[in-house]
Amino acid sequence: MREGWLSLDPLVVALVLTMAVLTYLTKVGGLWVLSRLEVSDRLEAGLSVLPGAIVVAILGPELASGGPAEWAAGAVVLALAWRTESILLALCGGILAVVAFRGLV
Amino acid sequence: MAPSHDPSTSADAAPDSAVSFSLEGVRTGFLTCIPVALGVAGYGVAFGVVANQAGLSVAEAALMSATVVAGASQLIAVELWADPLPVTAILVTTVAVNLRYSLMGAALERWFRHLSPTQVYGSLFLMADENWALTVRDLKTGSGRGAFLLGSGIAIWTFWVASTVVGVLAGGVIGDPARYGFDFILAAVFLALAADLWDGRSTFVPWLVALATALVASSVLPGRWYILLGGLAAAALEVIRYDA
Repeated sequence: MREGWLSLDPLVVALVLTMAVLTYLTKVGGLWVLSRLEVSDRLEAGLSVLPGAIVVAILGPELASGGPAEWAAGAVVLALAWRTESILLALCGGILAVVAFRGLV
Repeated sequence: MAPSHDPSTSADAAPDSAVSFSLEGVRTGFLTCIPVALGVAGYGVAFGVVANQAGLSVAEAALMSATVVAGASQLIAVELWADPLPVTAILVTTVAVNLRYSLMGAALERWFRHLSPTQVYGSLFLMADENWALTVRDLKTGSGRGAFLLGSGIAIWTFWVASTVVGVLAGGVIGDPARYGFDFILAAVFLALAADLWDGRSTFVPWLVALATALVASSVLPGRWYILLGGLAAAALEVIRYDA
C-alpha cells in the first residue's frame, strides 16, 4: 500500500477548486452573455480553434523531444483513432507500439 | 417532428417552445450516453495514470475530476504540474482551453430559455464535449427533453470520476512508467484528442500556426508558456482572416 492515497494538500485543493470555479464560469458564461449581447461570428471563429490549437501546441515540443520510436507510435495512435474511433483502442495500440519500437531502436 | 428538422429555422418554431424538464428526460439522457461514457472512461484511466505520475493523490485527482469535469483542461493541468505549482499558468491555460464551453452553452440557449435558472445553471455544470453533442442532437429532433444534458452529464460524471480513481490506483502499482510505455500515455491521449478535434481542412492552417509558434516559443521561453502562446496565435490568426 502506498501512503497518502487520501492526502489532500491545501494548496492543491485550493488550485483544483479555483480551476472548477473558472471552468464553471466558462460553461455558463456564453449562455449568460448571449441573453445580453451578441458574440460576433469573427470572435466565435477564433474561440472555436483554441482547444485543437492548444492540443497541437502541447504535442509539438513533446513529440519533437522524442525519437523515431515515439514518432512511429504516434502515427499508430492517429491511425487507430481515425480508423476505429475508439480512444481506448488507440491508447492501448500506441502504448504497445512504443514498447515494441523502443525494443527495435 | 421529423429528425430532418432544419436547425436554422426560427427559434420560435413549435418544437423549441415545447421544451420541458422531466425525469424521463434525465433517464433518456443517461441511458443514451452510457456507451459514450465508456469511451470517456478510457480518457479517465489515462488521466488518473498521468495524475499519479505528476504526484497527485487519489483524493486530489478524484476531487479534480468531480469538480472541474473538463477532460482536456485537467490533462493539461497535470501536464503542467511541477514543484512549486505553476498556479498562474495552470489557471490561465484552464480558462483558455475551456472557453469553447461558452460557445457550446450559448448554442443551447434557444431551448434552455424555457427552463428555470436552477435547471439551466445546474445542468451546465455537467456539460462536457460528449454529452453536449448528444444533447444538441436530441434537442434538434424536437424531443423537448430539456433534462437530457443533465441525464447524459450524470453518466459522464460517474464514469469520469470512477475511471480517474482506477487510473491513479493503476498508476501507483506500475513502478517505472517507461518500462511499460506508460510515459507515452499523455502524448497518446493528446494525439487521440487531436484526431477527435480535427475538423477537416479548416483546422489545418490554425493548427500549423499553433505548432510553429509552440516549437519556436518552447526553445526561447522558459516553462510551458508555449502552450498558451500556440493556442492564442492560432485564435488570433482565425480572427484576422475571418473575412477571407
